[in-house]
Amino acid sequence: MKKFLGKVLAILWKDILAELRTRDIVVSVLVFALLVIVIFNFAFEPERVGLVACGVLWVALTFAGVLGLSRSFVLEKDKGCLEGLMLCPVDGDVIYFGKMVGNLSFMLIVAIIVLPILFILFNLPIFRPELVLIVVLATIGFASVGTLFSALAVNTKAREIMLPMLFFPIVTPVIIAAVKASGIVLQGGSLSNLSIWLQVMAAFDIIFLVVSSLVFQFIIEE
Amino acid sequence: MRSNILLGLSFLLMVAALYLVFIYVPTEKEMGIVQRIFYLMVPMGWLALLAFLIVFIGSILYLVKRESRWDILAHSSAEVGIVFTTLTLIVGSIWAKPVWGVWWTWEPRLTSTLVLWLIYVAYLMVRSLAADESQGARFAAVVGIIGFIDIPIVVLATTLWRGMHPGPIIFQGGLAPSMLLTLLVSIAAFTTLYFCLLGRRIGLREAEAEIRKMSQD
Amino acid sequence: MEGPSSASQDWAIEVQGLTKSFGTHLALRGVDLMVRRGDYVVIFGPNGAGKTTLIKVLATIIKPSSGNVRVAGFNVRDSPVQSRRKIGVVSHQTFLYDNLTALENLKFYGRMYDVPNLEERIHEIITKVGLASCLHRQVRTLSRGMQQRLSIARAVLHRPSIMLLDEPETGLDQYATAMLREVLDVLSAGEGTVVMTTHRLEYGLKMGDHVAIMAEGRIAYSKSKQSLDVDSLRQTYYRLTGTAR
Repeated sequence: MKKFLGKVLAILWKDILAELRTRDIVVSVLVFALLVIVIFNFAFEPERVGLVACGVLWVALTFAGVLGLSRSFVLEKDKGCLEGLMLCPVDGDVIYFGKMVGNLSFMLIVAIIVLPILFILFNLPIFRPELVLIVVLATIGFASVGTLFSALAVNTKAREIMLPMLFFPIVTPVIIAAVKASGIVLQGGSLSNLSIWLQVMAAFDIIFLVVSSLVFQFIIEE
Repeated sequence: MRSNILLGLSFLLMVAALYLVFIYVPTEKEMGIVQRIFYLMVPMGWLALLAFLIVFIGSILYLVKRESRWDILAHSSAEVGIVFTTLTLIVGSIWAKPVWGVWWTWEPRLTSTLVLWLIYVAYLMVRSLAADESQGARFAAVVGIIGFIDIPIVVLATTLWRGMHPGPIIFQGGLAPSMLLTLLVSIAAFTTLYFCLLGRRIGLREAEAEIRKMSQD
Repeated sequence: MEGPSSASQDWAIEVQGLTKSFGTHLALRGVDLMVRRGDYVVIFGPNGAGKTTLIKVLATIIKPSSGNVRVAGFNVRDSPVQSRRKIGVVSHQTFLYDNLTALENLKFYGRMYDVPNLEERIHEIITKVGLASCLHRQVRTLSRGMQQRLSIARAVLHRPSIMLLDEPETGLDQYATAMLREVLDVLSAGEGTVVMTTHRLEYGLKMGDHVAIMAEGRIAYSKSKQSLDVDSLRQTYYRLTGTAR
């Protein structure tokens, strides 16, 4: 168990080091998310944008997230590093969790920066801590299947299109739950209304973390 | 020979189902003639689920055993499943028009069927975009597993999402015996049709593999 | 957990009836290959003969479709992780992360392989490949030859007893080639086993003490170097691969 964790952290650490040096993923994803928010402003009447703010937030985060996920395994493919990883004496789930935690951290960082900007731009009421919980649960959901499909898409002939085609339909429950839950929070709804949506996301997260880690081996082997 | 018997059976059941749907069963009071479409929609939706369950099972067996027949089973069943999902969506739209006055509404059943359709379109895309056949089979198997597990969560989420204002339900109260009979016969007819199509598709695919093997040697 | 069986102690690599198909394409069509511990085997063959697939199967990253493959006494299908601890791989790809420094790359792989006394071991190996001064430079700033040397260091970091080299000479400069030989000599002096593929006859003959020729997914010819007539090998090679000089 300790060895398992140590190796997951080794993979995470090398991804963080590379990211600190290039800021490839976080910066491009962040700029993309902001662009989505700005474009939505033009698509709706500025006065009514407050009503769709939750929708805008989650559209921005999912589209930007899929962009970051697609980078994740492109870096591994570069110098045959994925093969290097597979040669290591570890099972597939170690590689899966290492990459997943990295993707999760990058997406969370983007979300942490995007949230306050959205609040300011859309002139929304003050921040509520429940939002953090929603963002964390939804992002785990995205990262769980996203990491799996990112590894799958990078091996196909059309990686740019394959990842979103697989990712979006599968995560629809998370998107629905996240939009609904953050809507309830922003309208000052009670915790009891909220809990069902948190449960949907938590169930999705647990189920797909387990299943993805089990089937990841079949994606990377030949 | 066996497939011909199945085909014949499916034909007889289909004729019986058509008779029951259009002539035998009485018109429902509240919704009128349009309610009859229900006897098509329910079996189609059920078949889509059955087909994707077979994909799920075939996918797991393929990953465990690595025998191409399980992959052929999953692939063929996914194709038949996509056809039935598409039909469900079309029939659903036709039904939605007189009931709600619009061709499409984000009603939970229609919405989750649409998501289902998107998932399995991606399933077929993965195969055609993979580097080689065995990789396509492995990748598709993974999507077949993840996709099927996702179905109940999608249904739950869409139901909760639209749950606040329930759309008109098909039946007020229970099913009359004549309606139940019609529905069951229709389901039986469609299920045999599914196995017919599945058998044909598998046979075709096996023949294809045979030919490719011969041309390679 | 399955341990190395006593009967297979002498054999570093045992391959019997190995086939691998990618869909309907058969890459390996029944390979038999037995390699004793301490042997240096060179496998010749043209592109598309299945050399890379064979090396990848031995490296446990491609699963065999059928046949029996044991590496370091462990069946690659059931316990690939145990085999991997004993294997070092050098291929024409470096497996190095461009944006990490040489030290960070080695540290990462060292942690993945549970290398004991990692710092010391890195220092020792980096000196051996002559890159001690470049330890803190990012890999992308290193020359191609330096990257190849670093990749050799990466491959032997965990003291593997079996080295698998897939066309290592492509992209190696003269210095790196000499370095590789030196590293391998040290290794084979201490019971280390080497399997190398190449399509260059002269280079391979200089290196190995067993030679084999692969053609169309099979081992078509195999001999130890003592009993080898170079001219007949050459003729066989050209006949099997259909290439004229």
